[in-house]
Amino acid sequence: MKRLVLTKDELTAWVRRMTEGVKVFAPVAVGDYDEFRLVDSDQADLIRWSYQNTRLSPKGLFHPQAERMFKFSTSKEDPEWNILKEVPKDFSPRVIVGMRPCDAAALKIMDVNFDTPEYKDPWWVRRRKATTIVGLACTSPSSTCFCTSVNSGPFDTKGLDVLLVPLGGGRFLLEVVSERGEELCQQFGPGGKEADSEAIATYEELKKKAEAALVPIGDLSPFKERDMLEFFNSPIWDEVQFACINCGVCTYLCPTCWCFDIQDEVYESEGCRLRLWDSCMFPLFTLHGSGHNPRAEKLQRVRQRFMHKLKYYVDKYGQGVACVGCGRCVQFCPVNIDIREVIRLMLVQCECAV
Amino acid sequence: MFDYTEKIREIARRLLQEKKVDGIIGFKKGTIPMMNQPVFITSPDRVELLHWDSWCGVNLANYLPKREGRIGIVAKGCDTRSIVVLSQENQVQRDQLYIIGVPCRGMLDRRKVWEVVGSADVKGIEEGNGKVRVWGNGFDLKLERSELLQNNCVICVHRNPVVFDELVADEVEEQSVDRYEDIRNIEAMSSDEKWNLFQEIFSRCIRCYACRNACPFCYCPQCFVDESRPQWVGKTIDRTDTLTFHLLRAFHMAGRCTDCGACERACPVGIPVRLLTKKLEKDVKELYGYEAGVQLDERPPLDTYKPDDPEDFIK
Repeated sequence: MKRLVLTKDELTAWVRRMTEGVKVFAPVAVGDYDEFRLVDSDQADLIRWSYQNTRLSPKGLFHPQAERMFKFSTSKEDPEWNILKEVPKDFSPRVIVGMRPCDAAALKIMDVNFDTPEYKDPWWVRRRKATTIVGLACTSPSSTCFCTSVNSGPFDTKGLDVLLVPLGGGRFLLEVVSERGEELCQQFGPGGKEADSEAIATYEELKKKAEAALVPIGDLSPFKERDMLEFFNSPIWDEVQFACINCGVCTYLCPTCWCFDIQDEVYESEGCRLRLWDSCMFPLFTLHGSGHNPRAEKLQRVRQRFMHKLKYYVDKYGQGVACVGCGRCVQFCPVNIDIREVIRLMLVQCECAV
Repeated sequence: MFDYTEKIREIARRLLQEKKVDGIIGFKKGTIPMMNQPVFITSPDRVELLHWDSWCGVNLANYLPKREGRIGIVAKGCDTRSIVVLSQENQVQRDQLYIIGVPCRGMLDRRKVWEVVGSADVKGIEEGNGKVRVWGNGFDLKLERSELLQNNCVICVHRNPVVFDELVADEVEEQSVDRYEDIRNIEAMSSDEKWNLFQEIFSRCIRCYACRNACPFCYCPQCFVDESRPQWVGKTIDRTDTLTFHLLRAFHMAGRCTDCGACERACPVGIPVRLLTKKLEKDVKELYGYEAGVQLDERPPLDTYKPDDPEDFIK
């Protein structure tokens, strides 16, 4: 495994070189929060290497909030009347720089939905293939973070091609973690020096410190072991759901929520088929054409979101929970519904129900 | 305001023990600093959960529409004004409620705290004597409480409950402030400038509808944005779709909005949603001399007709 030490200037210069060959997305400040944006060579200086995390996760770079999938004509005179034609999309090579390990782990969770042996979402797959991810380790996780409790960690390299670790004093350790990361370093030489034992010791120490700063939320194995209906029929949902206002903040900020809606929009004789983020918090999400709504009540919708992440996903894919502990929903739920507390309530119920 | 907690618990316990109400809507202490969670307490054994501090900005009147039975509700000035409007609109019956009124010195805005600490992780916060102490990794600051108030609280003119069954403390002094300075500044802009301003402000919107869902008056069984047969508004984050949602929602608030700030507080991307509703509030005040949610027995101007209603805005 290749490990280099770069100064901040060298790192910026590396990213600048990348911007000249490929598209580069990186966290930059947008008003009072950070967001992944396309940066050009002049903007490499603006990259926020010390940011906590972006307000919205980078999932939108792979699964856009609103995307034109196809276009069509509704004019009968048009020889291609009612034929869906794919709207051209950009699949050129790109690099996402500065992604937090939790958000990269989230992409692996979403892969099981969009890239399966049976079904492949062509755009997800092509965007994933076109993207190299340079992660940024979390040396000071937020108090709302709990990645180590959900199969990830502040230095987790799962889903990353390169990991950057801020060593302090304007120095970064660059660790190549995949073949793709190796190719990136060949294509755009990062410069820097071979990491010496001192840098590696600092890395290990920072990693230990960051992991220790994360408060464990408990053993989640009961989610796998216990029967689905025990959770489903639990009385806790009545309490959990009360405060919920059924907005889409948790869903839209979540790096692993992948649900979408497909709609056709027609203007005069031109139409397009759109894919749009959707949320199980919205009553419309499950409204049937018949008018029946299987999740008409708030309790059912709130339960769905947590059951999907913590039980259905676990049972269906056998890869743990569909949560990476980024804490965005914890921080930004307008009424303080805290998934850590919901997990606690669900687990307490597990202990009692013998 | 921290001492309100004990009083709220005491009243809640009494109401539940005497079976005066079926449940109490209040706040419980949040799991993270600067947040509290709305809670429904139905048993006297659980009143210890009730909590009050400067982070109770959620408008609890939002939990009233369609709720049956006798309800106790902990309500700030703005919450009681929402209750007045909801009563006028037949969404809740006044005699269904026992209003535990909270004289309010204004709720605090965590975004203002984040601004001071540079978005650093806030690990704890406490207040006393008009100061707020906030700490986290590498900082421990003392800030002026008055500088951290939610924007709507800075210009609030009804800090005391306008309707209540019992107050948790003596009334606080009301403020005399100019409520519309920012709106006048926008009114003075050219059409293009206004258009650009609103385009810019709402470009951040992610259509999560937190503003709508946090609002006590957005209780329509089906919101116009959720109509699908036909679909009136596009669901994308294209500026036309986004602005259509915000502008239409704002117009639905004319003569109803009490500027409780719930919309703005709920927004995950910091859109100053109130700029639209405040303009309408100002218009209704100037045209009809009406202030929403103050008098229970009044009819709102937009659902009444008077021969001398102003009409010079019809051109």
